[in-house]
Amino acid sequence: MKAPRRLFGAMLAGALAALLPGAASAQGQLTVYCSVQEEWCRPMMAAFERATGIRVSMTRRSSGETMTQIRAEAQNPRGDVWWGGTGDPHMQAAQENLTVEYRSPMLSQLHDWAVRQAEQTGFRTVGIYAGALGYSYNVPELNRRRIAAPRCWADLIKPEFRGEVQMADPNTSGTAYTMLATLVQIMGEDPAFTYLRALHRNINQYTRSGAAPARAAATGETLVGITFLHDAVTQKVNGAPVELVAPCEGTGYEIGSMSIIRGARNMEQARRFYDWALTAEAQALAEQAKAYQLPSNRNAPIPPQAPRFENIRLIDYDFARWGNAETRTALLTRWEREVRAGAR
Amino acid sequence: MGALSLARLALLCAALGLLLPWHGLEGGLSEATAWPGGAAAPLPALLLGGARWWLWPVLALLALAALPVLRGRAPGGTLTLAGAGILAWVFLMGEAIGLRGLEWPWLAPLLGAPPPQPALGWGALFVLVAAAGLFSAGIAARGAFRADAFIAFLVAGSALLLFLFVFAPLTTILTAAIYDGERFAPDVLAARLAAPEAWSLACLATHEGCGVVWNTLLLATLTATLSTAIGLFFALLAVRGGVRAAPVFRAMTILPLITPPFVVAMALIVLFGRTGIVTTFLWDWFDIPRSRWIYGLPGVLLAQVLAQAPIGFLLLDGALRAISPSLEEASATMGARRFTIFRTVTWPLLKPALAAAFLLGFVESLADFGNPLVLGGDFDVLSTRIFFAIAGARHDPGRAAALALLLLALTFGAFALQALWLGRRRYTTVTGKGDSGLPAPLPRGLKLGASLVVWPWMVFTALVYGIILVGGFVHDIGRGDMSFTWRHLVTAFEVEWQGGPALRGAAWDSLITTVEVAAIAAPITAGLGVLLAWLIARQDFRGRRLLEFMTMLSFAIPGTVVGVSYVMAFNVPPIELTGTALILILCFVFRNLPVGVRGGIAALAQIDKSLDEASATMGAGALDTLRRVVLPLMRPAIITALAFSFVHAMTAVSAVIFLVSARHNLATVYIVGRVEAGEMALAIAYSTVLIVIMLAVVLGIEKVVGRAQIGRRAGTSAARAAPATAPVRAGA
Repeated sequence: MKAPRRLFGAMLAGALAALLPGAASAQGQLTVYCSVQEEWCRPMMAAFERATGIRVSMTRRSSGETMTQIRAEAQNPRGDVWWGGTGDPHMQAAQENLTVEYRSPMLSQLHDWAVRQAEQTGFRTVGIYAGALGYSYNVPELNRRRIAAPRCWADLIKPEFRGEVQMADPNTSGTAYTMLATLVQIMGEDPAFTYLRALHRNINQYTRSGAAPARAAATGETLVGITFLHDAVTQKVNGAPVELVAPCEGTGYEIGSMSIIRGARNMEQARRFYDWALTAEAQALAEQAKAYQLPSNRNAPIPPQAPRFENIRLIDYDFARWGNAETRTALLTRWEREVRAGAR
Repeated sequence: MGALSLARLALLCAALGLLLPWHGLEGGLSEATAWPGGAAAPLPALLLGGARWWLWPVLALLALAALPVLRGRAPGGTLTLAGAGILAWVFLMGEAIGLRGLEWPWLAPLLGAPPPQPALGWGALFVLVAAAGLFSAGIAARGAFRADAFIAFLVAGSALLLFLFVFAPLTTILTAAIYDGERFAPDVLAARLAAPEAWSLACLATHEGCGVVWNTLLLATLTATLSTAIGLFFALLAVRGGVRAAPVFRAMTILPLITPPFVVAMALIVLFGRTGIVTTFLWDWFDIPRSRWIYGLPGVLLAQVLAQAPIGFLLLDGALRAISPSLEEASATMGARRFTIFRTVTWPLLKPALAAAFLLGFVESLADFGNPLVLGGDFDVLSTRIFFAIAGARHDPGRAAALALLLLALTFGAFALQALWLGRRRYTTVTGKGDSGLPAPLPRGLKLGASLVVWPWMVFTALVYGIILVGGFVHDIGRGDMSFTWRHLVTAFEVEWQGGPALRGAAWDSLITTVEVAAIAAPITAGLGVLLAWLIARQDFRGRRLLEFMTMLSFAIPGTVVGVSYVMAFNVPPIELTGTALILILCFVFRNLPVGVRGGIAALAQIDKSLDEASATMGAGALDTLRRVVLPLMRPAIITALAFSFVHAMTAVSAVIFLVSARHNLATVYIVGRVEAGEMALAIAYSTVLIVIMLAVVLGIEKVVGRAQIGRRAGTSAARAAPATAPVRAGA
């Protein structure tokens, strides 16, 4: 019996280590699921701890992964607040009744687009930042080929960009789905698909992650990468030789959102975080974290490098309609059938 | 061990269990102070208080078993009934009455409206272990397992564990394949399984991509073949080729094994991407046009072979060393030429190891997630497709489950083929008989061929690892900014001195958890794996094949599916584990178990059963034989299992991405976040640290456990310049 005994001993030891209690705080604690980049998540949580004395446990995952997690945990939720990540999965969570309604007193300080995001979901989510869609190109590669700098969506289907454009796969990435929906809203559905079929010939790869094309353009792996512009700004600030383009026909945008999870164990602390995260001071932390989205609080400072909405022709993106699961499936199925299956 | 003594031990265990808190302590040990009341109440207190009246049968069944045992009898039927009854009752009631009270409404007439029942805790664990013991004692008393209660307990216990942590979670999630939303729809399953996204053959005729099943099969077959071949060449040169660079060899081949995911893929991009170092060099000097060939099948294949070839080498190296030279010597004495000896003696004896290496390569390629994710380009395989079916923009668990079933089918197809190829022939070469001789040297042509493969591959590996080593210490290797910096390491592993070391770096938490979890999981995996291998290979009992199948199951399932199924299965009572380190440990143990089992079975296939029989003839029980005969001979397999499970626990990604929590984050999940944000340099720097740790541990394990010592007569030929080793002590 020796071997199994030892085995159980080891298991016991492991389990005991796992069960050791965390230091309890007088202000209570809070579990946050964070879906922006790590170096933005950390200072946010640290600042909230300093401001309130509430102990924060933070888990960082991409928004799709967090959504999957919240669905899987629905019976016995572990998280309290879901902060950050593109708006679509937040709206989906609201539709699926995974998040709860909360009308923050801070709503009056927010931009209209952030409040609209909240209204569309019955106040189950709220906008915390926004970022426009666009693309970035690698300057040395462009000069080497002597191609005129692109300015519009229409430029990307020109023959000189053959095999030089990279975008994410809308099946896996919210970014690429936003682009799909944006083009349909600008051009109408049939012309948009004609455009996408033409673009398909110039695409060298459909990446799985939405930010990957920005990185590929920065290193020169591709000439043009279609992404949210703030992802490209991050590359540029880090010294990559890229230029950003907000297409001349107009473009769509994402609203990064925040929701309180249904069945949150620390509801009071979750609400305090919610209110705090909407303040100008909390949103000002983004710039230090090299996140160049537009903050949703009207009084929050806008990072000087951030692509400003005034300089971009933004379309009136209908999040309720294009975030709907059925519309999404229909668009994606059509894209899969008519665009992806085509010859390059 | 007799049935009675096992039954007594089991009762002791149950008595302990009745003293410990019955339910799990959510608030940690601070709640334990409430004992024997409150949240920490043991079962008797709960029963007497009336709060858990539906658990009275547990106590009744225990008493039923205790009465005869205390009088020194072990009635098979009673013990079996009591053990099985307790197990079934506790779990059924745990499922029926959950956190919200009654979960199964159709039981309302019987149970009324019971209060909520939280998850099982330490007391329950001990009682359940005891129940398994009583059950095993019972069936052993009735004559099963040749009346050996120890074997019975091992089999019953491992079957129970496998059922709980492999089978049950998987059925939970795989049933999603047959549901369309909430609707039960078998026709949907058929449509999903036959979907053109999986089976389309369009790529043969048109520009469209082929179905994802074909892609996966093609990639896995290529990876398995190439990595087995390269591993074989390495092993031949190392064992029979008289190459003096053996330590370098080992180090070089161990490196890919201990590499975290994504790093090799990233290094390959840095080298061969369109703006990669090698690509730019070829373009500048030889005008070879730059292309993106690395994104797609070639890139993924390259990365997978880099990772798999060393595993092939480890397996084949062990097998080659264990082949008794006497057969080869006999062949040589009869005048066979070197190549004939190799073809007719060595090669056939290598077959089980070759099959094992091929199978492992195949299955690992099927399960690989990191490389296709980074390098796949438009080339889609099942593992990534499944991940994005679950976590992508279009959430479709039904489709994911159907694809997972296809992946499962592929894996078991591979196992079936292996069984078919090996047939029923015997491959025993380590026997108790006087066993000695000189291993045949390698045929010349073969040696030349092997060298032509091995040395360039070594250079290639060195190049890739050179990039990884450098990448963590320069500003941005992806963009060619090669100025030296400590920046990335400081960000990750800063230590501040404030009257004592304070760990400020962003990566410390995840690193410490990772090492802890891996260190706990590895010995459990190796121990359980080797035990199971011994049971499957050496004990004859009904359901043996089923047990083997269950151990292989978790390997065959893509990590994402395992991860999500664990969250779904262990987030609510009766077993509530999410957010703890225990769920990570369990996940690793049962996911890496197949490696220990397969390695153990392969090792046992070469150890003659007559040794066991000799031990049994001289009066040793199963336990003694295991401890004193089998285990010492299985050292190589144990080392491999230990090292492998440690390393795999440190580098797993897709399975744990949904299991990590704020308190227990893992290094790989942290790295994934960095890669997503495009911070390759930091990811590479962190990976370098992981590599150093794993290298130290793997070498340490080898030092402590020791290398295989199967006695052979020392060689005197020039080809084998090894110093004289111990005299013949085969089978000792």
